[in-house]
Amino acid sequence: MLLLSCPCCGVSAEETEFVNGGEAHLKRFGPGSDDADYESYMFNRKNPMGVHFERWRHVHGCGKWFIAARCTVTLEVFATYPAQTTEPPAEVVARIKARRPDWEGYK
Amino acid sequence: MSEPVSALPGFRNEGMISVVEAGPCGMITMRGDLTLPALAKAMTDVMKADIPAQRRITHCDHGRVAWMSPDELLLITDYGAVPGIIGDLQSAIGDAFVSLADVSDARAVFRLSGPQVCDVLAKICPVDFAAFEVGEIRRTRAAQVAAALLRDAEHAFTLVCFRSVAQYMGDLLATVSAPGGEVGLYRG
Repeated sequence: MLLLSCPCCGVSAEETEFVNGGEAHLKRFGPGSDDADYESYMFNRKNPMGVHFERWRHVHGCGKWFIAARCTVTLEVFATYPAQTTEPPAEVVARIKARRPDWEGYK
Repeated sequence: MSEPVSALPGFRNEGMISVVEAGPCGMITMRGDLTLPALAKAMTDVMKADIPAQRRITHCDHGRVAWMSPDELLLITDYGAVPGIIGDLQSAIGDAFVSLADVSDARAVFRLSGPQVCDVLAKICPVDFAAFEVGEIRRTRAAQVAAALLRDAEHAFTLVCFRSVAQYMGDLLATVSAPGGEVGLYRG
């Protein structure tokens, strides 16, 4: 069971109170972008064994979106932070590095 | 004007806890930036209430104000007082970007009480009731549907859900509070 803390309302709850929104920090390639970029944006998703950044929505609570950094193997949640970020904040990266020294880093 | 009819008029179940449908209850949803000075002033002038802190409930002359999300408040008051309060708030808020909606008829309200109320609710809600303080509001899930829990006292909760699932909620609460299903987790 995955335990998440919503950074918007401060509630800690298990995953059935939330809904997963797929990979976080995607960069949109819309009209005018080249085909390879568009295809990558549209279809290609990371599926790591280990550290992963995901969008979650507190659907049965405050209704807000946030981002969770977690391990897909152990279900350890390293941090949750607001969705209004384009890449993981430095302190989140530092916390993951401390827990997973062999993590190759974001991207 | 026609009589207001609540979702399950007269519904009552006595088991491990007492479950009572609360009847018509006035509710106003207020959405906007909660840090707006105009919003705080309107709340003080009309509701005589402060804006509640995160997941808190404040009491006022008209009823209660509950924190629903970072940009949403729920005003709980008498059914008949809603149009007047919305009008007063709207004129006090003026041009500020805040929306008000009368959601009284969209909701069903149950009052739950009894020493085993936390045990009963813990069967259907993924909530740690040991950390749930009196005067706190928690929006969560009750079995398959969304619900909001307001802790009125140590052994009393108000449960708010959508009107369309009122029958489900009533049946659900009656089932999980049936005698013989005691858990004894939250003794105290």
